[in-house]
Amino acid sequence: MTERRDGVDAAAAAPGRGPRRWSAARLPRGLHPGAWWLWALGLATAASHTTNPLLLALLVAVAALTVLRRRTDAPWALAFRMYLVLGAVIITMRVVFRIVFGGGQGEHLLVSLPEIPLPEWAAGIRLFGPVAVEQVLGGFYDGLRLATMLVCLGAANALANPKRLLKAVPGALYAVGTAVVVALSVAPQLVESVLRVRRARRLRGATGRGMRALRGIALPVLADALDRSLALAAAMDSRGYGRTAAVPAGQRAATGALVLGGLVGVCAGTYGLLDSTGSGYLGLPMLLTGLVVAVAGMLLAGRRVRRSRYRPDRWRSAELLVAGCGIAAAALTMLAGSVTPELLYPPVSPLTWPEVTPLMLLAVTAAAGPAWLAPPPPGSPSTRPPTVGTPVGAVAAPTRTGDPATSVPGGHP
Amino acid sequence: MITFDRVTVRYSDDGPPPLREVSLRVEEGELCLVAGRTGAGKSTLLRAINGLVPHFTGGTLYGSVTVDGRDTRRHPPRDLADVVGVVGQDPLSGFVTDTVEEELAYGMEQLALPAAVMRKRVEETLDLLGIAELRHRPLRTLSGGQQQRVAIGAVLTTHPRVLVLDEPTSALDPTAAEDVLAAVTRLVHDLGVTVVLAEHRLERVVQYADRLLYLPGDGRVVDGEPATVLAGVDLAPPLVELGRLAGWTPLPLSVRDARRRAGALRQRLADTTPPDPPPAPGTTPVLAARKIVVRYPGTVAVAGVDLDLHRGRVVALMGRNGSGKSSLLWAVQGSGPRHRGTVTVDAGDGRDPVDPKQLPAGQARRHVGLVPQTPGDLLYLETVDAECRQADRETAAAAGTCRSLLDRLAPGLPGDRHPRDLSEGQRLALVLAVQLTAAPPVVLLDEPTRGLDYLAKRQFVALVRGLAAAGRAVMVATHDVELVATLADRVVVMADGDIVADGTTAEVMLASPAFAPQVAKVLAPAPWLTVEQVTAALGPTREPA
Repeated sequence: MTERRDGVDAAAAAPGRGPRRWSAARLPRGLHPGAWWLWALGLATAASHTTNPLLLALLVAVAALTVLRRRTDAPWALAFRMYLVLGAVIITMRVVFRIVFGGGQGEHLLVSLPEIPLPEWAAGIRLFGPVAVEQVLGGFYDGLRLATMLVCLGAANALANPKRLLKAVPGALYAVGTAVVVALSVAPQLVESVLRVRRARRLRGATGRGMRALRGIALPVLADALDRSLALAAAMDSRGYGRTAAVPAGQRAATGALVLGGLVGVCAGTYGLLDSTGSGYLGLPMLLTGLVVAVAGMLLAGRRVRRSRYRPDRWRSAELLVAGCGIAAAALTMLAGSVTPELLYPPVSPLTWPEVTPLMLLAVTAAAGPAWLAPPPPGSPSTRPPTVGTPVGAVAAPTRTGDPATSVPGGHP
Repeated sequence: MITFDRVTVRYSDDGPPPLREVSLRVEEGELCLVAGRTGAGKSTLLRAINGLVPHFTGGTLYGSVTVDGRDTRRHPPRDLADVVGVVGQDPLSGFVTDTVEEELAYGMEQLALPAAVMRKRVEETLDLLGIAELRHRPLRTLSGGQQQRVAIGAVLTTHPRVLVLDEPTSALDPTAAEDVLAAVTRLVHDLGVTVVLAEHRLERVVQYADRLLYLPGDGRVVDGEPATVLAGVDLAPPLVELGRLAGWTPLPLSVRDARRRAGALRQRLADTTPPDPPPAPGTTPVLAARKIVVRYPGTVAVAGVDLDLHRGRVVALMGRNGSGKSSLLWAVQGSGPRHRGTVTVDAGDGRDPVDPKQLPAGQARRHVGLVPQTPGDLLYLETVDAECRQADRETAAAAGTCRSLLDRLAPGLPGDRHPRDLSEGQRLALVLAVQLTAAPPVVLLDEPTRGLDYLAKRQFVALVRGLAAAGRAVMVATHDVELVATLADRVVVMADGDIVADGTTAEVMLASPAFAPQVAKVLAPAPWLTVEQVTAALGPTREPA
């Protein structure tokens, strides 16, 4: 919570304290989801270029810090913890595998486990046996790298609204985008309905498992889901979803032909490119022609969809900064790799203490930039002026008109 | 604004048509109320206005429906989106996006309105419906009344000339319903929007209506002034029934009208008093719950509630949406979470009292039966008979027990019917019969009268009274004030997980205007609650007052 308050203070104090040009950029707003993804991919790229545990730990810390400072209260934002847990699991698995199937290479023996003898056909595989520091450390470095990349992607997931990302698709794919958005919201509803029906089944004394219980749950849930999707379809239809501009039949046919023909061209081109025995014109030229034709078809199809966008995400200076920070982090790490490769991949044997160079620190600093440079997220309660003087007693009084501000999630459980 | 010209709708060739040769006109700026029994064709009429019938639902529509000069035969619903706004029964299932602001903008995005216009209209609509403080809230976390207002706002942003509402207040508590209706009447009066609204609980809406379209169920539509149409209609709010009893013409539609005419009636009733409520039961309660606590992440749904239920008594559980009624019922039954507190149910025959939570589910239902808010969740077989047989089997009851219970609750229900094809009232009766097969001494009902018309509700009252007369303890969670007045012996009101009022029906209902039934408002300060009581007091001589 403290980080949000800090954000508010900074935003509130910005006009008086900081340089003036920052004030508008620092107002609370949601950043373009693409910017967060670019930043996160930059961090992940940086992580993939090193096994230096110090650098990796710093990158994880930076990702976590940025998420803590800039996430909203949305459900997907709370999933970041899950990525951290998943990362820890990956590291543990790697280390455990190294111990179980260890090669035993290394001079510094940690502990000697009894080896399980295996039949001859499994030669080359060893179960347990002596455990060396080098072996455990190698597994740890490897796991840490993978975990860091995962955590970076998790950070993007927590910071960027997945639905807004889908909204940024081009007009021709609008219908597909909407279908995906609707499907995304159906999943939690389905879970809710399964829980409700399962609980209701207990009322009839049904605790059993097996086919009968499955049927007792599946049928009401499916019927419920069908009813809901019909209601949703009716609502969307009557609210104008799928209105298309009047398009002459000829143009419609041309659009379809262009898109289909273009996609066929892309497929053929890819095949030609990968198959070295094919003739030359099937390769790159075909791929490019197919791409051009398909894009033309998409653009034409996009003209049929007449709709506007409410509060579209714009690519502004803050977006550039955030994306730039990620790219800079990746570039600096790669640069460090070309200058001192042995420090980015600290050798396990002989054992050396990992070091951090100023260049690496610079990369981490760049990666941490968005934690301060990105505008604070909107809509979190603490970024709004505190509403003092709401009569709490009035909320509890039974005759108050209006609805209680707080209600049990999901209405009647 | 809306013209029906000899409209007939058929869904199948052999069945009766829901609408037959209907011709009517709704003028601009009218608030038009559509009433009729369940299944009389109200939804068909409403959905024909924007072309969902027959474009979306299938079936055949003869004749023509014209809205603002556009014929629905040539314009599918999406092309009428800028003229007609439709809000369905369950607002949550019609939401496309997930926050309030995006939902308000969705319709405008489809109409390709410029961004600047959208920003302005979203702000206007937020203010118009009083939901400005909810703008960033996820739709799923809103209460029922808030969701309904957002759903109305979401169609209003496209500035439709016609607003079609299908039972907008059926799931709402009295105060939330008032809020929604206040918003609707404001639209009619301030913006001249034409509103067509279907509703079962006429007492809530009829006073605001300019026109009443009554569907008797044979495909006709009776069209006229509300007071005139209601005079010849078998389903009527208590106010109208009181007016008929007292011989007032025209019939009063609002409490104010009725009160101004009720002077004579009040004098006639001055010497008599309503029958005393049944004496407080001296016996020990059949179910005693102590210090019940139910928590959900972030909220306390039930905060240390004590509850006693007695044999032969009907208790009504009231309170606004989200006040913890359902959680309490589920906790008492034992199938829902209960984080603290005890429940003891008298097992009868001198056996030790039991706690249903400690018992396996199959045993618990023999002590406390619960009919949940969506009764259909309990049904999963293809026919009514199959469900009845399954109920007999799972409770080890004699074959035919459930069917004979069902015949007593809803006589003549065809056994080969699919449970999902039953009407709301019939499905409720089936689930109740299934639950009663286990012969529990305590029966809990969660929002049973949602979607029931007046006649079905009257049957429901008779049914519940029958259960009580047979020595069962019944508790009904409901928003329906009029139902409580005719049904309950005792009323418990919950707010924020606490019991804020607990007393006889008369005590609780007369204490606050939000919970007072219409008859009580008309005849105050005398403690009359229902038309039945007044009828009985006036005796057999039914001379006009």
